[in-house]
Amino acid sequence: MRNWFNRQNIVALLGIVLLYAVVQGLIVFDIMPPFYKLTLIQICIYIILATSLNLINGITGQFSIGHAGFMAVGAYISAIITAIQHGPLLVGLLGGAIVAALAGFLVGLPTLRLKGDYLAIATLGFGEIVRIIFLNTEYVGGAAGFTLPSKITWTWAFALMAISVVLMKNFVGSTHGRACISIRENEIAAESMGVNTTKYKVMAFTMGAFFAGLAGGIYANYFYIIQPMTFNFLLSFNILVMIVLGGLGSMTGGILGAIVMTLASALLAGVPEWRNIITAVLLVLMMIFRPTGILGTKEFSLSFLGKKGDKNAASKN
Amino acid sequence: MPLLKIDNLSKSFGGLKAVSNLNIEINEGELIGLIGPNGAGKTTVFNLLTGVYDKTEGKISFLDKELSGLKPYQVTQLGMARTFQNIRLFSDLSVIENVKIAYHQRTSYSLASALLRLPSYYVGEDEMQRKAMDLLKIFKLEDKAEETAKNLPYGEQRRLEIARALGTEPKLLLLDEPAAGMNPQETQDLMNLIRWIREHFKLTILLIEHDMSLVMGVCERIYVLDYGMIIAEGAPDEIKSNPKVIEAYLGEEVV
Amino acid sequence: MGSSITQQIFQQIVNGLSLGSIYALIALGYTMVYGIVKLINFAHGDIMMVGAYSGWFAITVLHLPFLPALIFAMVSCALLGVIIERIAYKPLRNATRIAALITAIGVSLFLEYGGMLLVTPQVRTYPPVFPETMYSIYGVIFKYGDIVMLVTSVVLMVLLHITVQYTKMGKAMRAVSFDKDAALLMGINTNNIISFTFAIGSALAAAAGVLMGVYFNTIDPLMGIIPGLKAFVAAVLGGIGIIPGAMVGGLMLGLIESIVSGFGASTWRDAVAFLILILVLIVKPSGLFGKNVREKV
Repeated sequence: MRNWFNRQNIVALLGIVLLYAVVQGLIVFDIMPPFYKLTLIQICIYIILATSLNLINGITGQFSIGHAGFMAVGAYISAIITAIQHGPLLVGLLGGAIVAALAGFLVGLPTLRLKGDYLAIATLGFGEIVRIIFLNTEYVGGAAGFTLPSKITWTWAFALMAISVVLMKNFVGSTHGRACISIRENEIAAESMGVNTTKYKVMAFTMGAFFAGLAGGIYANYFYIIQPMTFNFLLSFNILVMIVLGGLGSMTGGILGAIVMTLASALLAGVPEWRNIITAVLLVLMMIFRPTGILGTKEFSLSFLGKKGDKNAASKN
Repeated sequence: MPLLKIDNLSKSFGGLKAVSNLNIEINEGELIGLIGPNGAGKTTVFNLLTGVYDKTEGKISFLDKELSGLKPYQVTQLGMARTFQNIRLFSDLSVIENVKIAYHQRTSYSLASALLRLPSYYVGEDEMQRKAMDLLKIFKLEDKAEETAKNLPYGEQRRLEIARALGTEPKLLLLDEPAAGMNPQETQDLMNLIRWIREHFKLTILLIEHDMSLVMGVCERIYVLDYGMIIAEGAPDEIKSNPKVIEAYLGEEVV
Repeated sequence: MGSSITQQIFQQIVNGLSLGSIYALIALGYTMVYGIVKLINFAHGDIMMVGAYSGWFAITVLHLPFLPALIFAMVSCALLGVIIERIAYKPLRNATRIAALITAIGVSLFLEYGGMLLVTPQVRTYPPVFPETMYSIYGVIFKYGDIVMLVTSVVLMVLLHITVQYTKMGKAMRAVSFDKDAALLMGINTNNIISFTFAIGSALAAAAGVLMGVYFNTIDPLMGIIPGLKAFVAAVLGGIGIIPGAMVGGLMLGLIESIVSGFGASTWRDAVAFLILILVLIVKPSGLFGKNVREKV
């Protein structure tokens, strides 16, 4: 317990609480315009989506471009629990996330020996199959989808986002996270150094899918309506762009990318035709001139606040 | 009872027989060399031992356990570690992170502990940090602990690979051409280092090498491989004057 | 009773082959480009769309008959393919796979949304280019257009085969796809060969686009997405990078889709392609004609 209370963690915690409180205050006193609130909650959802995809693509180096499929599973399952079965919100959200994690497990296992492009295509195919399944399922309204009450508040969205990011960051900073990173760096060497690459690749997929499912649940329970066509390849692609923009392999990069792209999308909401073309052109330019993204693999850390050498709890003496 | 016993090991890739009827015995604490012309199948032997390739025929016994169909990480967990002919470091990670990954299997705390930062996480991380630094000190790399691995000079990268392999706390260490690309002084230092780690870590070492000064200077026994078969075995002096060996190398200077 | 079921089956086979030949033409472009630069050209389906529009333009505005319109479309898209390669893909030849993939998707989105801006999302109709004559063989119906489509596809594939196997360019293409650096050392201008490959692939996609316009009558800026994905699956099925594989894969996919559709499950027909994809990737990722290549340790 006492390890938790170092200078960096306290500053980070204060920052998080402050951010939450300011926005919550604006909402409670009715100063916050609804479009802003919507965008903020969207940012929370995309932060979870981006960081969870980063676990799979950036940290473990697996090429997954069907993340919308996991989100869809989480969205629909949670919606079924809350709206059709009238269960409590938390149960719905967790239920959606757990089923999505199962989907991640089922996708990760057979695709293990696929590399690079082949893995990408397989995940793309999975994402599409999930969408088509929901499209053809009458119980959830088929193509039209169905409506459900909006129970997600800023508190819910922010809290879940903060908890998710902390958990994922803790994972990456542990020996298990390092094992995943070693797979990305050199899979054969990792295996030879005693890392069970199968276990960790599947773990990455399962965890990434869990949080994507959670994000899906938040989405479904906020936006009143849930439809298969939302969870298409374009959505998967947008999440991918967020983490590439921020820097593949950097958790803070993913957060940054999610914020930048959601804000940009909100700003350009008035001119949808041009927004898409501009995005496409900027994307190609970015790939040509700065493919490592804004942060590369670096993390933004508050270690400058600590004593020299404080980054690892045991100092080097 | 030998540490490692290979009986009649063969490996075929389709029609090509890479390794045929290999018989090798290594006792605890020995320093053995595996030499032969390029393409003789030496790295294939390493790959068969560590589970990267599946054997076509034969038996491998390590620590009295038969190795069959094991995946590389399982072989490592049993106590066999290796380095690679072409350096396979985790290039974008720091020097110390490279070594810490080797400690993953031996010093692991649970996933829950990692996610929730329970006390066992801090204990585990401290231990890994300490052990990794101790290892780096032995290899004179402790000043470069935070340096990105790919930025190290070539010789230090090779040293790091050996250090990393030792992080898995092996009983048998397989070194694949550790002196490749080194100048005579570096090779001399490497020879001393190999002898030293054998003593200090109580290791058994099997090494593949082309540099004859290293092989003759350090190995107690040598196996010679040509076209996937062992053509000679014995002490360095015997091998030096063995006509079959000389013929296989076709005039290469044996110092 | 018995003969009408056989008739239905044969009808589906005919439909399947027509559809399949379109997939094959598109799949060829995917496979040739992947074979030579190891890039999945996500924009390929959209090049097909541009081809469809070029053909439409040639027929309705320039009042050209079918064959000149086809050639017009093929030439325009060959040019487009070369331009895209030079501007967007060439700078990324040594970049990571993810970077190249994202660029390809970016180009695809650019063509789609640019298309929507330029020609509006409204669908256009292909004017009838062929006489409505129908032929009936044992009760199976062939439209005049079907026959032209099949013949055109076959002729194009034969031409491609001849080019790749028997011309100097073709030999160079095979060399570059086998080992780019060695080919360069042998004096082959790899940049030109790569451009040439993109040109041919795009021309074939354009032909597929025109044929799609004739077959389905309507075209829209997003028409390239689904057929593009399916043709890609066909290429993977046959073995990505292998030319005969793309042809066989395309025809097979067309046939399977027709049969599934014939059984009344038409809302699932798109899922068929993806299920085949997953199956191939799990059972034999290198495809029907592909070889497994091991990584050297």
